[in-house]
Amino acid sequence: MYNAGKVIVFIVVLIVFFTIPMWLNFGRVEAIPQPELPKDKAKCIESKEYMRAYHMKLLDDWRKQAIRENKHVYVAKDGEKYFINLQKTCMKCHNNKEKFCDSCHNFVVTHPDCWSCHIAPEVAEKWQ
Amino acid sequence: MNVGWSFLIFLVLLLIPWVGVGVLGLQGLFAIVIPYVCFLVFVIGLIYRILNWAKSPQPFKIPTTCGQQKSLPWIKYSRLESPFNTFEVVLRMVLEVLFFRSLFRNLRADLQGKKLIYGSAKWLWLGAILFHWSFLIILIRHLRLFTNPVPSVIQFLDYMDSFIHSFGVPPVYITDILIIAGLSFLLLRRLVDAKVSYISHGSDYFPLFLILGIVITGVLMRYNLKVDVYAIKQLTLGLATFKPVVPEVKIGTIFYVHLFLVSVLAAYFPFSKLAHMIGVFFSPTRNMPNNNRADMHVNPWNYPVKHLTYAEWQERFREPMENAGIPIDEEAEKEEHEWYTIYGPNKNLNL
Repeated sequence: MYNAGKVIVFIVVLIVFFTIPMWLNFGRVEAIPQPELPKDKAKCIESKEYMRAYHMKLLDDWRKQAIRENKHVYVAKDGEKYFINLQKTCMKCHNNKEKFCDSCHNFVVTHPDCWSCHIAPEVAEKWQ
Repeated sequence: MNVGWSFLIFLVLLLIPWVGVGVLGLQGLFAIVIPYVCFLVFVIGLIYRILNWAKSPQPFKIPTTCGQQKSLPWIKYSRLESPFNTFEVVLRMVLEVLFFRSLFRNLRADLQGKKLIYGSAKWLWLGAILFHWSFLIILIRHLRLFTNPVPSVIQFLDYMDSFIHSFGVPPVYITDILIIAGLSFLLLRRLVDAKVSYISHGSDYFPLFLILGIVITGVLMRYNLKVDVYAIKQLTLGLATFKPVVPEVKIGTIFYVHLFLVSVLAAYFPFSKLAHMIGVFFSPTRNMPNNNRADMHVNPWNYPVKHLTYAEWQERFREPMENAGIPIDEEAEKEEHEWYTIYGPNKNLNL
């Protein structure tokens, strides 16, 4: 092998680069946070699978309907009707933003911009 | 033909996880076994390619230059175009690897009547730079799914990439748009330009289809066919910390298609043209200084060559020389030396 020293350094750098997730987690990996679900309610407005994957789309549609189309009633797939309102409908049950919303959002690093207009219940309480 | 075959292979690859997970329900195979195996193939394959290149002897010093070579001290030389020492070579390599400097010189050739005309063509460079940089940023950005807690650098990168909030929720990733633009150009270029199409093989189209497939499934997952990101991160974090678990919640099949295509790309990488990621560092035309006159480059497969000194030669032909009246140099140096064949050294023979 020619230029053995340089080649070995190159291989080491490459391996370190491609195993970076391992090094970044090394010795500091934290347990996966569990979002706190409302205890007294058995189901959300749609199925659990749908809500877990599509809640942001649902909320985005709600926003468009409530603000731009003046529609305030959402008909769920099972026919039940809900008032389109984040703070009064969603957060009536999911009443803790930190333990419900933030625990997952911080875990997967998303930047929802709900809270630039809406106020979380616990923040509202502080101001009252 | 080339396009058709590679697209067909790509379609088959799309169908494999679709059937494997969607119909047969082999989550464990597609979520854990295949990614691990393919990643291993990727790393070992790259090392194999590196060692193979490192073992190849380099008989000549052949840097490509396009500037004044270093010669007399009062002649200004081009440090980047004709590097003289290691530092200048490193500088040239860095610019080559990060900014594709040689591709920037790409020209187009067209016939106008019977005249061959060369012109500037920066589009290939632009498409390449859009694609490669976006791909790198997307790769690094994905670390948010493989680390917990996510390092702030990666959070910042992710935040910067998605800072445009004008197109709804979730905010669009800038690199998503740029990589699709870059890849589309690189693919269309091969399909539309007859000159490029003529020299394109299936192995040129296939990586483009594969990477476009990865990008499109990824983009679909973010903006349309949503998947449970929380469950995905449980899986990916498990992979990164060697405690892989298939999450209890079902993840959409499109995620498995995305993951399978990435695995295929990883396994295909070292044995295809994509290994230019390694090859660029082993290009003798780029990684050697142009200092032929200052430093002798010895061909590594040189062996000592069988030779006669002048004295020996003169001794052998003394008689004919004297007969022909050619002067004899009595002071010619008589050195003792061995002579060699490729089979090894031998004692000086009486010739």
